[in-house]
Amino acid sequence: MADLSIDFAGVKSPNPFWLASAPPTNTGDQVMRAFDAGWGGAVWKTLGNPIVNVSSRFGGVDYGTQKLMGLNNIELITDRPLEVNLREIREVKKRYPKHALVVSLMVETKEEWAEIIRKAEDAGADALELNFGCPHGMCERGMGSAVGQEPRVLEEITRWAVEYATTPVIIKLTPNVGDITEPAEAAVRGGAHALSLINTIKSIVGVDLDRMVPLPRVGSASSNGGYCGPAVKPIALHMVSQIARHPGIQVPISGIGGIATWRDAAEFIALGSTSVQVCTAVMHYGYRIVEDMIDGLSRFLDDKGMKSVGELVGRAVPQYKEWGELDLSYRVVADIDANKCIGCQLCYAACMDGAHQCIHLPGRDERRALALGHLHFPKKVPARARDARPGTPEFRVPFVDEDECIGCNLCALVCPVPGTITMKEVPSGRAPETWNDRVAKGTDFVPGGLEATARARGKG
Amino acid sequence: MGELKLPGGRLEEKFEDAKPLYDDAEALAEANRCLYCSDAPCIQACPTSIDVPTFIRKIATGNIEGSAQTILAANILGYSCARACPVEVLCVGACVYNQWGREPIAIGRLQRYALETALRKRPRLLAGARKPATGRRVAMVGGGPASIAAAGLLALEGHRCVIFERKAIPGGLDVLGIAPYKLQANDALAEIAWVLGQGEIDLRTGVEVVDGEGSAPGQISARRLLEEFDAVLLGLGLGEDSKLGVPGEQGEGVVGATWMIEKLKSDPGYTLAGIRRALVIGGGNTAIDAARELARIGVPDVAMVYRRSRNEMPGYAHEWEGARLDGVRLIEKRVPVAILRDVNGKLVALQVAEAHEGRAVSSATTDIPADLVVLAIGQAKMTALARAFGGVQLDARGRVVVDPATHRTGNPRVWAAGDCVNGGKEVVNAVGEAKIAARDIDRVLRGAAD
Repeated sequence: MADLSIDFAGVKSPNPFWLASAPPTNTGDQVMRAFDAGWGGAVWKTLGNPIVNVSSRFGGVDYGTQKLMGLNNIELITDRPLEVNLREIREVKKRYPKHALVVSLMVETKEEWAEIIRKAEDAGADALELNFGCPHGMCERGMGSAVGQEPRVLEEITRWAVEYATTPVIIKLTPNVGDITEPAEAAVRGGAHALSLINTIKSIVGVDLDRMVPLPRVGSASSNGGYCGPAVKPIALHMVSQIARHPGIQVPISGIGGIATWRDAAEFIALGSTSVQVCTAVMHYGYRIVEDMIDGLSRFLDDKGMKSVGELVGRAVPQYKEWGELDLSYRVVADIDANKCIGCQLCYAACMDGAHQCIHLPGRDERRALALGHLHFPKKVPARARDARPGTPEFRVPFVDEDECIGCNLCALVCPVPGTITMKEVPSGRAPETWNDRVAKGTDFVPGGLEATARARGKG
Repeated sequence: MGELKLPGGRLEEKFEDAKPLYDDAEALAEANRCLYCSDAPCIQACPTSIDVPTFIRKIATGNIEGSAQTILAANILGYSCARACPVEVLCVGACVYNQWGREPIAIGRLQRYALETALRKRPRLLAGARKPATGRRVAMVGGGPASIAAAGLLALEGHRCVIFERKAIPGGLDVLGIAPYKLQANDALAEIAWVLGQGEIDLRTGVEVVDGEGSAPGQISARRLLEEFDAVLLGLGLGEDSKLGVPGEQGEGVVGATWMIEKLKSDPGYTLAGIRRALVIGGGNTAIDAARELARIGVPDVAMVYRRSRNEMPGYAHEWEGARLDGVRLIEKRVPVAILRDVNGKLVALQVAEAHEGRAVSSATTDIPADLVVLAIGQAKMTALARAFGGVQLDARGRVVVDPATHRTGNPRVWAAGDCVNGGKEVVNAVGEAKIAARDIDRVLRGAAD
């Protein structure tokens, strides 16, 4: 059985699964129920001067019958008095001494930072998370993402906090920037002990086309909100790994962004996170989802021969390279399993219109295929396609022209039956070579371009 | 005890699986359709309270072993139940999709997929953490699902279990009674072999527990079990198929339903060749099963003869619907009054009278030609064997009386579970009762205050 416990910048947690600062960590009762369910840590809903919220607060993006692929919120930080929150933090920490309790903070002035840090630490916080990322409501007041988007301000406030704090200071970054490494470097220069990212992405989820009001609607108007949930996972993974591979940043990362399953968590950890934070999936399904996260991650580590989460942290980071370092000679082609194919022909439609027209249907000769939009006719037509009779299920099973297939993956991605289309490695007959290799050798010129370029390169 | 496997050539092998094993893609698609309800009705509908939404979600997240473990934690015979349960009236019938007018989740098929997939990869999977040996010994009387389940659970608790099964083939109705198009005998036997691996379990087939001395070979007395074991679980099941008690009943061509199904499933020598017209007497699930099996194996004309009206048939509506689609006819409101034979004693016809409220009302009769008459009008209770354990009480219907919270009988060292208690229900009910009994046996064996 793998050891799931982690040490995050000095904060011990029985497992890497934390709740993010959000409605699920609004009250002490909630946090305790979450700990009872198995969560290793929680980041308290951001403390500051209590705000007033609007109604309604959330919007969602559904995808077909899948509800809440993305969630958008226009909710602000805590609307409860500071003393109530602090009292509950004290109680939770006393009852759950082994869980990680991080308190999120967002205030404006230096004096306010000094006061709230002292109060949060007196209440028993294991660490502090500075919210430099809220992308709505607070940034207009000079806080939240307004800070996250200004590296110099971010660095200064981080420095104050690190000076006042006796516990680790985690800086939570906003993704609403051009280059996430800039605020990350600023936080590290300011002395941050750790980073957490991503906060939510500025967004508008839709429009009420009858009232002509963006969503979610508050009376006769709306405003932009913060987007999160499974939809943002790829953006978060990129930003986490950008920081993880940065040679100048060595602090631990708490990864956030659409994590719903143990596999999502494992991916974030493999790309550099030491702990992960979850919000949307809990809001959708409840605290109970952590049971399979723990069970699944534990079995995964066992299967891979890893004894602890620490052995997984950053395992995929070295394989994240620049595009120019990718092997141009690596070749895969699509392979359609005729026994599993159900004949929907979505791969055919995708390849015809969205890729390279190399998926063919049985029953066509060369003339017909070219007339329908193919550019080449395959030299080898598989027997099953030659023998297929019209009107039979076999007649609907497409086949791949492997000579023309460029191995883009699109057909495998659209195929609805898992395991039907696989990308198989085939030898390209060429030695491994990257674009950077070609630049170094001077063989990076591809003919057929601009005259100006050809002249500049002495090829004109 | 050699490998538990029946030889080929049995009629059962001719049946196709009505719900074939899902492949990976089918399972993933169906699992993702599940809404992952909170306080799900399917859990409440399951007599063993399997956490259905969780095991299905684990299929969706790719944690198949976790899924199997979730099932087994609640139901150690989850594999049999996945294939044999009347899901239409249990979990699948309770699925919230029914409220929505949409197809309910195929819970049983997903359950089978999770267990078969996990056990294929890790055949020695344990249903739970195995505790150290306690030195306590428990005897199970009867080797059906109640005893098998209890033995598995108690063995994981560290107790030594000995199962006494009268027949050469263990498993009771789980092996010898489930319709072949749902679950075949060798698959149920493989599950039993797996359960035996959970801990110190000794399965003794061909050993009958009896009242009295038990000195004949292949016998052991109830008294000796009480002397030599710390606790006894009665998993007696039910007895022989009940008889009609009408003239001409004795002789070839008239068989009991569970007897016939057992033969069909386990005896390579059993044949139905030459049977063109079969009549099944009864209106319950055993009658419907027998009728469907005869129809599906190729008997051209199969009819059920029931003394009341179709609406009053106690069998599941969905099973009757399946029978109807299999081509089974129903002769309702008729009661058998005699079996007619030719001069050589060969079965010729069943003589029936019109019935009202289940009783013959007219002396006018009809003769229904038949080559085979199958009696599915109930089974005897194992009352004599139950009474061999002093203090065990029976109710007016011959069922062993237990405290429902503990399944302990009137004898403080004897517990009971399964058909001998509930009168004849499903495998899942046997497991549910065995869980209660096992938990209480464990509590008592560990010296908890009584």
